[in-house]
Amino acid sequence: MNVMRSSYRPFKLAQQFLNFSADASGKLKEIEQMVKNNKVVVFMKGVPDAPRCGFSNAVVQILRMHDVKYDAHDVLADESLRNGIKEFSSWPTIPQVFIDGEFVGGCDILLQMHQNGELIDQLQKAGISSALLKEAVEGDKKNDK
Amino acid sequence: MNSLLRSLTINTCGNFHTLLSRSLSRTAPNMIQSSETSLPFDYDGAPIESSIRKKLTESLSPMHLEIVNESYMHNTPDSETHFKLLIISTAFLNKSPIQRHRMVYELLDEELKKGVHALSIVAKTPDQWHEGKRDISPSPKCRGGFGK
Repeated sequence: MNVMRSSYRPFKLAQQFLNFSADASGKLKEIEQMVKNNKVVVFMKGVPDAPRCGFSNAVVQILRMHDVKYDAHDVLADESLRNGIKEFSSWPTIPQVFIDGEFVGGCDILLQMHQNGELIDQLQKAGISSALLKEAVEGDKKNDK
Repeated sequence: MNSLLRSLTINTCGNFHTLLSRSLSRTAPNMIQSSETSLPFDYDGAPIESSIRKKLTESLSPMHLEIVNESYMHNTPDSETHFKLLIISTAFLNKSPIQRHRMVYELLDEELKKGVHALSIVAKTPDQWHEGKRDISPSPKCRGGFGK
């Protein structure tokens, strides 16, 4: 009986590990689809109308200023997504922003890109015209008149 | 147009400028001026902060390093979960913002696994800092993620 138990346990552990790995790689594949599903994809805590983290809220506010439509995924609603996204982009914190399937960064980097104008360029490359760019162009036209 | 962009700020964060400057001045005595300064690495009142300081100092030899424990702004007061880092180092030369963040994340992998879950990073080269690109933004207000 003892012999059986000792041989059974490692087997079960190995099986659990294999199952876990299969789950994890399945999640990564799912995330790969998620980031390609829209031009801009955000993984955040909470939802855009009710962010549950200040950094996630900052990202929502920035994208709102540029009037960008995006997919948002709440990592607090799905623990496997929360761990999976960190592994997927080798980035330990949330929020995470993807443009055109490419990882762009978290709150600090998006804010920096917003401040130095890079975000407008990056959005434009993805075929999105930022509302701030339109505003600036219209402002310039008015000044010219 | 650039000036327009620069003048835009995130409306939710406006009033945190004062908070940040207050917390920065509070940590001022611990700021690293040069590598000769003796540092409270083994300071047991803030073990995580000390280990962050030690690792960043040893690996990046920063010209300037500031570590602000912002945990008091969240529902985890008196803990070491939320930090803001200002690192000025030549190690960031020719590195993109993502690469700079990754360098810091890799160095602090252990701390991140131990419970640090918010790490706001401003990583500049000395030239960028001297050029006056001091766009440190205040950390946003906590939205109640309950330590998650």
